[in-house]
Amino acid sequence: MTMLLEGLLVLIVLTNLLMLGSSRLGVYIRAGALQGVGLAFLFFTGEGGWPEVSITVLALVTMVVKGGVFPMLLFRTIRQAGVRREVEPYVGFTASLLIGVAAWGFASWVGGRLPLPGVIRSDLLVPTAMFTIFTGLFLIVARRNAITQVLGYLVLENGVFTFGVALETSTSFLVEMGILLDIFVGVFVMVITLFQINREIEEIHMDSSKLSALKD
Amino acid sequence: MVTVNFAGLVPIALALVMAPLLQGVINRTKAFFAGRQGAPVWQPYFDLARLLGKGAVYSRTTTWVFVAGPVVGLASILAALTLMPLGGVGAFLAFSGDLVLMLYLLGLMRFVTVLAALDTGSSFEGMGASREVTFAALAEPPVFLTLAILAQKTGALSLSGILAGIGPTLWVTAGPMLALLTTALFLVFLAENARIPVDDPTTHLELTMIHEVMVLDHSGPDFAMILYGASLKLWLLGSLVVGLILPAGLPWFVAWPAAVGALILLAILTGVVESTMARLRMHKVPQFLIGALIMTLLALVLGAR
Repeated sequence: MTMLLEGLLVLIVLTNLLMLGSSRLGVYIRAGALQGVGLAFLFFTGEGGWPEVSITVLALVTMVVKGGVFPMLLFRTIRQAGVRREVEPYVGFTASLLIGVAAWGFASWVGGRLPLPGVIRSDLLVPTAMFTIFTGLFLIVARRNAITQVLGYLVLENGVFTFGVALETSTSFLVEMGILLDIFVGVFVMVITLFQINREIEEIHMDSSKLSALKD
Repeated sequence: MVTVNFAGLVPIALALVMAPLLQGVINRTKAFFAGRQGAPVWQPYFDLARLLGKGAVYSRTTTWVFVAGPVVGLASILAALTLMPLGGVGAFLAFSGDLVLMLYLLGLMRFVTVLAALDTGSSFEGMGASREVTFAALAEPPVFLTLAILAQKTGALSLSGILAGIGPTLWVTAGPMLALLTTALFLVFLAENARIPVDDPTTHLELTMIHEVMVLDHSGPDFAMILYGASLKLWLLGSLVVGLILPAGLPWFVAWPAAVGALILLAILTGVVESTMARLRMHKVPQFLIGALIMTLLALVLGAR
């Protein structure tokens, strides 16, 4: 089971790196969806075989929301708002990748030193969670396209979620469900707002550097 | 301390005889994907025979460097082959640090090819040489880092020792790390052998070539040596990739057929990659190779725990 767990964690790290290094919005959205599905499978890697019903439900909801609903919403926004399909970075892709590797090293260093309650199933879990959070934050600040900011927010939340999996025994089902609901509403509102802004002001084309110039 | 293993002569003989077959398999796979009949898998052998029967043409601007290029290149790849184990059976020669020698023999092969290309005095070949060296510089760090990680994991310093130490036990304890290293090596394998998505071996369109452009002026037996050297290099780097996957310590009558089978599968995989992907734009190639480097860096962190 550790093999499967670590394989999934490596998959999550790789999707982060893919998002840092890619220039296409479609790749971002698909990588984010893959990451979400990978996260859901983390629940099934526990030592005690099949998890309890509540956890199974949580995993299934995660899978559907992160792997199906979010990508659909985002792709629809891109299509209807006519967003450019390139992500327009402030920081170049190769530089982003190298920053990502540095962040991964830092996350591993911190992850080994962080005292956490309960038993952590793999010493890769906490570094992966922190690295995912860093990636999300970086995507929010280093990409100009407004859709990437929504995605950065999602990736950030994926990191928090991984933390939740690490501390599975001490967090309750309700808290996780609450987070998932918040995120859902958050993404929903962001996507609708972006769409509205774009419809009202044709020329900004989801360029977040110009959003500060908005007036009513 | 140099260990001589006479059983290691068999993999060398296999490489000498079967290396062009891999090219044939790749071309056949591509033909299958394109819905064509395709050339027979033995076509590379026919090509070599045809080229050996021809005379060579030398431009008046070239010097001995141009003639030496293919000969030294073939010699260095042959020397590198004596250090490469196949299917977990030790190589003909093994000593501590032979992996550095093996990689730099490949470097020497590239160096003389580049010199020969520059010696023709054609600006076109100079451009190819420049590209080749740029991308080679980026392809080297992942390979070295991979071998360093594996040397640390297996506690051996020779290629034979390293590949003999990789087996099911290491795959169970460090599976994700080995999978990342294998993928990174496969990416370098594609780049070093001038395959898609880095370089297109079939095109003769001037602006897209890297490797092919350097050898345009060679003809006859010289060109045959270059083609044969290229297929030996494909075999050599392929054995490194295959060596990570196949378990070591099998008896020879299982190990060698398994290794050859795995190499043919690798050739088919390469053909599939070439049929399903387009060549990357030139400025994307460094990113591709840095991707390979990043996978090895990730594996380094995984392995260091």
